[in-house]
Amino acid sequence: MIHKFQFDDVKIVLDVNSGSVHVIDQIIYEILDDYKEISKEQIIDKLKNKYSDEEIVEAIEEIKFLEKEGLLYSKDTYVNHSSFVNRKPVIKALCLHIAHDCNIRCKYCFASQGDFKGQRSLMSEEVGKKALDLLIENSGNRKNLEVDFFGGEPLMNFEVIKKLVEYGRAREKETRKNFRFTITTNGVLLNDEKMNYINENMDNVVLSIDGRKQVNDNMRYTINGDGTYDVIIPKFQKMANMRNGKNYFVRGTFTRENLDFSSDVLHLADLGFESTSIEPVVEAGEKSYAIREADLPQIFNEYETLAKEYVKRKKEGKGFSFFHFMIDLNQGPCVIKRLSGCGAGSEYMAVTPEGDIYPCHQFVGNEKFKMGSVFEDEINSTIGEEFKNANVYTKEKCNDCWAKFYCSGGCHANAYNFHKNINQPYELGCEMEKKRIECSLAIHAKLLK
Amino acid sequence: MKHIKTLTKSTLKESAVKGGCGECQTSCQSACKTSCTVANQECENR
Repeated sequence: MIHKFQFDDVKIVLDVNSGSVHVIDQIIYEILDDYKEISKEQIIDKLKNKYSDEEIVEAIEEIKFLEKEGLLYSKDTYVNHSSFVNRKPVIKALCLHIAHDCNIRCKYCFASQGDFKGQRSLMSEEVGKKALDLLIENSGNRKNLEVDFFGGEPLMNFEVIKKLVEYGRAREKETRKNFRFTITTNGVLLNDEKMNYINENMDNVVLSIDGRKQVNDNMRYTINGDGTYDVIIPKFQKMANMRNGKNYFVRGTFTRENLDFSSDVLHLADLGFESTSIEPVVEAGEKSYAIREADLPQIFNEYETLAKEYVKRKKEGKGFSFFHFMIDLNQGPCVIKRLSGCGAGSEYMAVTPEGDIYPCHQFVGNEKFKMGSVFEDEINSTIGEEFKNANVYTKEKCNDCWAKFYCSGGCHANAYNFHKNINQPYELGCEMEKKRIECSLAIHAKLLK
Repeated sequence: MKHIKTLTKSTLKESAVKGGCGECQTSCQSACKTSCTVANQECENR
C-alpha cells in the first residue's frame, strides 16, 4: 500500500508497510496513479503528450528499483510477527486522578468540570500508595514506570503528590524500577514552591492553556467567571524557563470557536514556549463548540498554515516543537508498538480518588468500564483483553488506511464516545490525524531543501 | 535517482527485528491525552 500527496510545492509518496518516505517529482506522481493497474505501454500511451518515452521509461525504472528494494508497495509482514502475536502487556503507566475537583470551570471539560460526574473528592495517600504498589507488582520486567498526576486539578492535592513521589522513590530503589512522574496542571495554583518541586521531581509537566487571551478565557475561567490567561501566563513562562532542557508542554484544546487555531499555537511560540500541543476538542454532542465535518477544510488549512510557518521559523533558527509534527522518521517507535496502539486498558490505566481502575482517564466515571480497584487483587481481564485486542488489524476501518502505523488505530475513547464501540474509529479524528501526519512528513521534506 | 529522493528507508521492517520491548513512553502520557499519535514517541532501545 502506498499513499501519495502534495503539500505546497512538495510531492511525497509513503510506502505504508515499510515506512519508507520518498520525495518525488511530477512524472512519478502521475505514474503512481495507476502504476499497479496498467502496463508500461499503457502508462507511456497515457502520458505521451506530457513526457517523452525516455522520460517515462526512466521514471518507471526508478519505481521498479524501489519496489525491488522493498521501499515501495511492500507487503505487511507484521500481522503474524511473534513479538506482536505473543505480546503479553504488563501495566507500565498509570494516570492518577489525584483530585476529582477543579478550581476552574472549562466549558469543554470532558471531566464534567473536574468531578468526572461523581462526588468532588481528593485521592488519599493510602489509595495513591496502593496504586503505585499495583503498578510495580503488575509491571513484570518493565523498568520504566510512568505516573501522571492528573485531575481535575492535581495541585489541589499537592501534599499527597509529594508523599506519593517520596514513596515511589523509596520503592523504586528496592524494586529496581524507575518512576517517571509527570503532572498536568491548569497552573492557577502554581507558586515558587510548587514550581521548584515540579521541576525537580517531574519528568514532564503539561501546562494547560488554549492560546490567545480571548480564546483561552472564552473556555477556561474561574468559578467566578474570570478568564485564567493573565494569572497563568507569567507562571507558565517561569515554569518553562525553569525546565532548562527538561520536558514540558503547553497543551491546549481548539474548538469550533477558534478554528483559526494556528494563531494560538504561534501565539504560544511567540510567548517563548518551545513545546506545544493543541488538540481538537472531544465532544460528541450537539454543543456549539463541537467540531463538525464541515469544519474540516478550514482545519486542514490551519494545519498547513502552521506547517509552513513551522518550517519558516525552524529555518530562521526560531523553531519550536508542535506535538503532532514531531514524527522522527528514523528514531520513532518500533512497529510492534505502532501495532499495539496507545495501550489503554492493557498497559495504561487510570485510578480514581476512590481507587477504582478504568482503561484510561477518558473512561473514568463510566461504570461499564470499571476494571477493578487498587484494593482488590484481580483486574477485570475481559475488559483488558478487549482493549488489548483493539488494534489496527482488528479495527476494520484501519486495515486499508495508510496512516495506521502513525496513529496506531486512534483513541479508543474517541471511538467509544462517537460510536459506542472502541473498534470503530472516530472519523473526524482520523481525518485530522491524517492531515497532521502529511504536514509532518512535508515538514521533513521542506527542511531538507 | 533523478526523479525520487528517499527521505527514509525501511525503518518499520528493521524495527520489527528487535522491537516490542515496551520500555517506551505510553503515548497519552506525554501531552495529548485525547488524540494519540503514536509515531512521535521515542524508542528507548536504540
